[in-house]
Amino acid sequence: MVKEKIYKWLFCILAFSSLFFLLGITVILFKEGLPVFKQVSLPHFLFGRDWYPTHEEAEFGILPLIVASVWVTLGAMFFCVPLGIGSALYINELATERQKAFLKPLVEILAGIPSVVYGFFGMAIAAPFLQRLLNIPVGLCAFTASLILGIMAVPTVCSIAEDALNCVPRSFREASFALGANRWQTLVKVVVPAAGSGISTAVILGMSRAIGETMTVLMVSGGAAVIPKSIFDPVRPMTSTIAAEMGEAVVGSLHYQSLFAIGIILFLITFIFNIIAELVSRRFRIKLGLCG
Amino acid sequence: MKSLTKIIILAAILAGLAAPSYAESIVIEGSTTVLPIAQRAAEEFMNKDSAADISVRGGGSGVGIASLIAKTCDIADASRAMKDQELEQAVARGVDPVANVVAMDGIAMVVNSSNPIDALTKQQVKDIFTGKISYWSELGGANEPIVVVSRDSASGTFESFGELALDKQKVRKDALMEASNGAVASTIARTPNAIGYVGLGFISTSGLKPLALNGVMPSKKTVLSKKYALSRPLFMYTNGKPQGLVKDFLDFVLSKEGQALVGEEGYVELN
Repeated sequence: MVKEKIYKWLFCILAFSSLFFLLGITVILFKEGLPVFKQVSLPHFLFGRDWYPTHEEAEFGILPLIVASVWVTLGAMFFCVPLGIGSALYINELATERQKAFLKPLVEILAGIPSVVYGFFGMAIAAPFLQRLLNIPVGLCAFTASLILGIMAVPTVCSIAEDALNCVPRSFREASFALGANRWQTLVKVVVPAAGSGISTAVILGMSRAIGETMTVLMVSGGAAVIPKSIFDPVRPMTSTIAAEMGEAVVGSLHYQSLFAIGIILFLITFIFNIIAELVSRRFRIKLGLCG
Repeated sequence: MKSLTKIIILAAILAGLAAPSYAESIVIEGSTTVLPIAQRAAEEFMNKDSAADISVRGGGSGVGIASLIAKTCDIADASRAMKDQELEQAVARGVDPVANVVAMDGIAMVVNSSNPIDALTKQQVKDIFTGKISYWSELGGANEPIVVVSRDSASGTFESFGELALDKQKVRKDALMEASNGAVASTIARTPNAIGYVGLGFISTSGLKPLALNGVMPSKKTVLSKKYALSRPLFMYTNGKPQGLVKDFLDFVLSKEGQALVGEEGYVELN
């Protein structure tokens, strides 16, 4: 009896520990980041176009960094949505059992490659190649970052979308076939709409993955804190700014606080993404009344 | 059994008492520019004095100085002098930073080897990096946009360059920011229209071409005589006057043998 209680409490503590970590991180993030707004007004911080944190006349405008993150993330979606959802559709609907047994783990291995390896690949191979191929001034730019991030987000999008397709009840497909629809019609008119919200969740979580990625963008995006005029301009996303500058910032200085404030903005963005994904997927479960 | 435990404990205590005079250890942290010097010197030093334990880390000048202030390292490598703010912080924490110059370094302007330009004036460099000049044609080169490559604001090289070449003006916003000398060198070697700056130790990278500045080529000689405009001293900061192993190590770096290592790593010896 006593033993059982001890175990219960032990696991209870373990279960709540992640809540503890989340709270701790959030509190520190806000505690270190918010004081920056005493000296830089929020609109000036969010919409300022100049990021010169270490200059004597320091300026803390993060609009170029926000635009860069959004720019690179949207670009990544351009690559990973067709790739991820396309491969999910093939694996779930068309692949033979043998292909499936081969393809699914393969996509998951892609998720296991460390991001620094992607970054190195982007820097050493993809960037010089794209530079020559597209005849652009420099290969380290938003486009290259989008491409690499897009490939990195494929496993997230693919495996969640595949789960969603898997959850569409067989009866839906059978009913469709019974009405005389062929395989393509069933896929486009029945299966994909039924899994629609699950697929949306996959896309949103893929975006969440892309916007939070740090090492890769630090290595391939070029790092220029300027609002990009084209997809081939070098950019400096929020994550790589924090990674590149945190080591140098004097603890407690305005620069240090502003990096934490960027962390808050990033946290809020991914938080909103995750809430949307949760809401959408809940609707999806209710709609099908299955796969709770 | 019990007496054996006692003996072991006694031995441990004795070893602990004796330790300071034998197995001393120091931590060196800071500038990636000074890192190769610190690493080589530490290796050679430990080869001679096998009891000494020296660990060397990079991180950037600011990181090293912050660690010195926080008393988590014994020697802070820096490629720039300490800032007033850092000095105030050090004093507030009871740290007395002493600058020890260990070598000279030149910041070389480099372009891709396919670039026809061979020389620039200091004013032209300033105009390129602050955004007044954006095309090679304005300097007598091809009608192509200049790809400006800079070091990240976390590096001492960035700050030295800002002071020596830009008169503290802001670097243009669309400049690429790279995390290390090596990254700048490889980006420029792969990008025909790029210009950037690296430590003197990196100008022999294949695909790079160093530029003459105000008619002076960057070299050991011109840096040491300060004829070359972008020259700077490299520091190893200590807390107070160096003592014990820290002193022995710095003496070694400044000795003939240590300075020979400085030369081998591509920097400029002091003597």
